[in-house]
Amino acid sequence: MTFGQFIFYFFAAVLLFAATMVITIRNPVKAALFLVLAFFSAAGLWVLLEAEFLAIALVLVYVGAVMVLFLFVVMMLDVNLVRLSEGFGEYLPIGGIVAVLMVLEMTVILGSRHFGLQRFPAPAGHAANYSNTRELGMQLYTVYVYPFELAALVLLVAIVAAIALTLRRRARTKYQDPSLQVQVRRQDRVRIVKMAAEKKT
Amino acid sequence: MKTLKQYFKSFLLVELVRGLSLTGRQLFARKITIQYPDERTPLSPRFRGLHALRRYPNGEERCIACKLCEAVCPALAITIESDQRADGTRRTTRYDIDLTKCIFCGFCEESCPVDSIVETRVFDYHGEQRGDLYYTKPMLLDVGDRNEYQIAADRAADARYR
Amino acid sequence: MSTWFVSLWQGLPPWSQITLRSLGGIIAILVPLMVAVAYLTFAERKIIGYMQVRIGPNRVGPRGWLQPIADALKLLMKEIIIPTNANKYLFVLAPVLSIGPALVAWAVIPFTSRLVLANINASLLFVLAMTSMGVYGIVIAGWASNSKYAFLGSMRSAAQIVAYEIAMGFALVGVLMVAGTINLREIVLRQSGNVFHWYIWPLFPLFLVYFISGVAETNRSPFDVAEGESEIVAGFHVEYSGMAFAVFFLAEYANMILISALTATMFLGGWMAPFDVAPFTWVPPLFWFLAKVSVLLFFFLWFRATFPRYRYDQIMRLGWKVLIPVTLVWITLIGVVMFFTPWGHHFR
Repeated sequence: MTFGQFIFYFFAAVLLFAATMVITIRNPVKAALFLVLAFFSAAGLWVLLEAEFLAIALVLVYVGAVMVLFLFVVMMLDVNLVRLSEGFGEYLPIGGIVAVLMVLEMTVILGSRHFGLQRFPAPAGHAANYSNTRELGMQLYTVYVYPFELAALVLLVAIVAAIALTLRRRARTKYQDPSLQVQVRRQDRVRIVKMAAEKKT
Repeated sequence: MKTLKQYFKSFLLVELVRGLSLTGRQLFARKITIQYPDERTPLSPRFRGLHALRRYPNGEERCIACKLCEAVCPALAITIESDQRADGTRRTTRYDIDLTKCIFCGFCEESCPVDSIVETRVFDYHGEQRGDLYYTKPMLLDVGDRNEYQIAADRAADARYR
Repeated sequence: MSTWFVSLWQGLPPWSQITLRSLGGIIAILVPLMVAVAYLTFAERKIIGYMQVRIGPNRVGPRGWLQPIADALKLLMKEIIIPTNANKYLFVLAPVLSIGPALVAWAVIPFTSRLVLANINASLLFVLAMTSMGVYGIVIAGWASNSKYAFLGSMRSAAQIVAYEIAMGFALVGVLMVAGTINLREIVLRQSGNVFHWYIWPLFPLFLVYFISGVAETNRSPFDVAEGESEIVAGFHVEYSGMAFAVFFLAEYANMILISALTATMFLGGWMAPFDVAPFTWVPPLFWFLAKVSVLLFFFLWFRATFPRYRYDQIMRLGWKVLIPVTLVWITLIGVVMFFTPWGHHFR
C-alpha cells in the first residue's frame, strides 16, 4: 500500500464513520459537527484527486459558512429528542427498502464493468505549477458561460425571494439611523439662551 | 451639498482618524502613573484612615469613656465598656472598632471632646482573616503610639481652621 | 562532525527526510510565532497603557519584560475547571479547534520569496478556508459550556464572522483581479518595484475594508461583542480557566498576527523594500515583512485604545450594508478600469 492509498483509506474511513454518526447520533448539534467532519474528509479526498480548488471551496463554503449557520440554528432550537425518534420504527421498512434499492442501483451502475480501474487510464500527472483554479475558470467562463450565468441568475432570484419573504416593515419600529445620529452637532440640539439675572424681590 | 460633505466625511473616516490622532498624541504624553509602594500621593492632614487612640505626653490615655463616639457612629462600628479605675477616674475597659463596618466618616473624631479617637493617615493596613480587622483597645493604642508624631503634626496643621 | 551529520541525513529514507524537513519548518514558524504572541500581549498592555497616560506593567523583570512569561506560568499552573453540565469532549475540543486553523494558515504565508513552508497554488483560498474555520472553536465553546453568556457570545460571534467573511472575500477578489493569481508569493512578486507598485494605492478602499473585516474577524475591539465584558461577562470563554483559556487567548493573538501578515502580503508588498535603492535594499527582505506586520499589529492595538465597542445591530449594518456594497462598487470600478481604459495595462 502506497502512502497515497493509505491516506485515501484513512479519509474514506473517517468520512464513512462521520456520515454514519450524522444520522445515528441523538444530539443534533453533534450531528451537525459530524457533518462538518464528513465535509472535511471529503475535501481531503478531493485534494487527493488533484481537485484542490473544489476541495478548498468545499471547506470555505460548506464548512466555513453553511455549517456555521446550520449550527447557529440547531443550537438555538430546543429539539425534543424523544419525539423525534418516535416514528423511527414506523418508517424503518420503507426507508430500508429505499436504501437497499439505492445500494443495488449503485452497484449495477458503478460496478467494475463500467467504472473499473482498468477501463480508465490513469490521468496524466500535472506539472507542479499547474493551476486547477485557472483551468476551472477558463472552462466556466468560455464553454459553460451560459449555464453558469443562468445558475447565477437562479441564485439571485432565490436571494431576492428569500429577502422579500422575510422582510417585514413593522409600523412602529424605533429604528435609529446611525448615520443621522453621527451627523448631529451640538448646535442642532442645544439652544443657549442669554437672560438677564433676575432681581431678588 | 451638506449630504455630499457628510458622505465624504464618513467614507474618508475623518472622525475615526481624529480619534486615532488623539490617542496617538497621548502615546507620547508624560505619564502620570504614581508607582505606589515606591511613590505615594500627597495626603491631606484631614485624611481619614486607620483609627488610633491617643495618649497624653505623660503616657495617660486620653479617652474618658464619654461614649459620644459610640453614640454618633452611623455604622455602629464602635463598642465601649467603661469602669471606674482605682484612682477614681472613669476609663474604658473595652474600646473596639470593627473596621469592616466602619465607613470612615470621621464623626467619632469630630465628637471626641479630648481628641482621643483620631483617624490617621495609615490606609494600607490589611487583615488575612475577617477577625483581623476587628481592632481592640490595645491595638488602637498601639497605632496611636506608633504614629503620634504624625498625628500631632496633623492636628497642629489643621488647628487654625477649626 | 558536520560531515557525520550530512551522512546521517543522507542515510535516511526520502519519506523521513520530507517529514523531518516539514517538522523543522513547522517548528521554525511556530516557536517564533508563540514568542511573538506572548510579547504581543505585553506590547498591547504597554501601548494601551501609554495611550491612556499610564505606564503599563513594569514590575516583572527589567521594565516588565518578563511579564508574558509570568502570565504563561500562572495560566499553566491553574486548574482547568470543566462545568458540571458541560459537554466534556466538546468543551476540551473547542480551544483546539480555535487555535488549529490560526496556526495551519501560517503554512502558506510567504515570509520572503524563498521562505515559505508550502508554496501551493491556491494558497490564498487555503488561507480563506482555514480562517473561516476558526469560528467553530468559538461556537462550540459557547455551546459546550452550557452557560447563557457563553452561548450568547458564540451566537454573536457566529453571525458576525459569517457576515464579515463575505466582505473580506470580496476585498480579496479585488486583489485577485489585479494580481491575476491566487498564489500569495506570486501576488507579492507582482507588487515588486517601489512603494507605488503596492496594491494599497489602486485598492485603497478594499484595503480598508479588508483590514476592518480582519479586526472584526479576529473579534478584536471595537468588534469584540463576542466577549463584550460589559454585557455578557466574557462571552464564549466565561467558563474556561487555566490553559484552556490561554489557548483561546493564543488563538486570538495568532489570528491577529495572521491577518496583519495577510494584509502586508496582499496590500503592502510583502517582503518588498519600499524603495528599490541602496540603503533600503541592504536590509534583508524578512525585516521588511516583519516591519509591515508590526505596523499593522500596532494599528490593532491603537484601535483598541481608541474606539468604543460597536452596538451589535450596528456591527451587522456595517458589515452587510456598508462594507459589502463598497467592495462591490470598487471591484466593478477596477474591472472597468482594467478592461475599458488606457490605464488597464498597469494591472495586467
